[in-house]
Amino acid sequence: MDGKSDPLMLGTPELLSMYRDMVRIREFEEACPQLYSQGKIGGFLHLYSGQEAVGVGVAHAIHPDDYLISAYREHGLAIAKKVPVQAVMAELFGKATGVSRGKGGSMHMFDAERRFMGGYGIVGGHLPLAVGLGYSILYRGGDEVVVCLFGDGATNQGVFHEAMNMAALYRVPVVFICENNMYGIGTSVARASAVEELYKKSCAYETPGLRVDGMDVLAVYQAVHQAVQKARNGEGPTYIEARTYRYRGHSISDPGTYRSEQEKKIWKDRDPIPALAAYLLREEHTSQKELTAIDEEERKIIQEAIAFAEESPDPDPEELWTDVYAP
Amino acid sequence: MPEITCREALNQALHEEMERDETVFVLGEDVGLYEGSFKVTKGLLAKFGDKRVIDTPISEAGIVGMACGAAMTGLRPIVELMTINFSIVALDQIMNHAAVARYMFGGQVAVPLTIRTPGGAGHQLGAQHSHSLEALFLHCPGLRVIVPSVPADAKGLLKSAIRSQDPVMFIEHEGLYAVKGEVPAGEYTIPLGRADIKREGRDLTLVTLSRMVYVCLEAAEELAKEGIEVEVLDLRALNPLDMKAVLDSVRKTRRAVTVEESWLTGGWGGEIAARIMEEAFDDLDAPVLRVGGADVPMPYNKALEKAAIPDAAQVAARVRELF
Repeated sequence: MDGKSDPLMLGTPELLSMYRDMVRIREFEEACPQLYSQGKIGGFLHLYSGQEAVGVGVAHAIHPDDYLISAYREHGLAIAKKVPVQAVMAELFGKATGVSRGKGGSMHMFDAERRFMGGYGIVGGHLPLAVGLGYSILYRGGDEVVVCLFGDGATNQGVFHEAMNMAALYRVPVVFICENNMYGIGTSVARASAVEELYKKSCAYETPGLRVDGMDVLAVYQAVHQAVQKARNGEGPTYIEARTYRYRGHSISDPGTYRSEQEKKIWKDRDPIPALAAYLLREEHTSQKELTAIDEEERKIIQEAIAFAEESPDPDPEELWTDVYAP
Repeated sequence: MPEITCREALNQALHEEMERDETVFVLGEDVGLYEGSFKVTKGLLAKFGDKRVIDTPISEAGIVGMACGAAMTGLRPIVELMTINFSIVALDQIMNHAAVARYMFGGQVAVPLTIRTPGGAGHQLGAQHSHSLEALFLHCPGLRVIVPSVPADAKGLLKSAIRSQDPVMFIEHEGLYAVKGEVPAGEYTIPLGRADIKREGRDLTLVTLSRMVYVCLEAAEELAKEGIEVEVLDLRALNPLDMKAVLDSVRKTRRAVTVEESWLTGGWGGEIAARIMEEAFDDLDAPVLRVGGADVPMPYNKALEKAAIPDAAQVAARVRELF
């Protein structure tokens, strides 16, 4: 089944906030390649452009004290979870002011205060962690939920199945969200997964699986919102496949030549940001002038974040040895 | 002091820590209803219920990952992995997740996770249930590696491991569960990373741990008859490593042999030997020698298995080379 947009639950401020968050993520990500080519950002850099509707739809469907845990394409998710954009940029620069104090980098952002429980670089490796976060909520009798995001590639890892099984067994409040951007690095889903309709993969675990249009932020919001409600009510995990597309290659070093121009065009024509803008204008939630003002404000915020990262200090050399063990 | 087995000592530690701290819980394959394949978790399910004593599916990576996630929110999970060979199935979760999370996330998160697992050979279990892999975990920063030998140490160290804010590999020897020893009555802990002299001597230090402590004590008895007084230093932990105790002993005896059950190549004995030579070369009267297991997958046949593990005669022979 496909999730459907249900705008009735959202007011204008929330809708505009979604728009703003998507623009912020896009501006952030599109500023990165140049900074990378200037040598200011190192390592691997997995950009989120094209997938904004998923992260923003998810983040708006949960509470601030709900947990979010994800894989390595996570700058956008951190920003959606309200991790300060300056700290996210500073982390890419490896600075002491970075969200992981310069020790994590692009793939390993973490913000304990905002319950952004990390980006992880081992495909699928964080899925059992999400089960543990969920078990901890049950253990303490809390009413928070965990949303766990991962790519299509993770569904072919053994731990995906272990985590699904254990999540269902213990009825943990976890919503698993597969961001199916159609490629695990350069290998298409069709060439990597015996089951192409990835939402069906949870059926072995009696866990509801559903597919949602990952280019439609309202559809994502609604599907996640429902799954989160169920989890909060003690009805256990849900597995959502959000079909989306990354505009760039797997990482900064990947030109993405394995994908046709025609394929890219089909997806870019469905870009989630103009799609939401068109909806907001059509339903008279806003004016073009207001949207343009948001665009400009966000561009400025990103420029300020870059300046903040530039001016921030590197970690003290002593930091090499801190936090290996408990003090 | 009452004499109890290692198994009972470990069991007492689990009961006491679960009573003391509600955030402590146990999970693993057959730890509940079955009470553990070595019965170390006996009585826990009956006393603490299935929220705190979780029988898991056979999913080692899932178990350790789940425990790691729970630990990241402040709970204190104790995982039992049925044998240390199965820890390799969960190695990604141990090394790529639990061990590095604190550092990788800039100190924002602790992983107070204890992984208990039986290791070692001696029961004809073959190459997939018998190995001693402590050196593997010693190699990874961020992990604590605890390897007790006697019941009193097992209890005190397990309690400290559970209270530690770091992930701990707590490696028990299958051959020691039934070994008895005096255990103090009442509450006590032993700090992680403090070696213990199990026999004093003036002529040579045997640096060892786990079941090899008993082998070394037997060798020391033999050597004493020949007038060689050997000191047996039980490391009790490889991380934190009590190098001070090793150096203090070696500076007294001026000779050292490391004795480990595991594969000699790449084993922890080489690490200790190198450090002694780096830090106390001038105090040595002889080179540091090593004794270790044969570099072979553990064989099933009883005689071959015995030949793959160091015994007292082998240790004594190695010691005699230095006099």
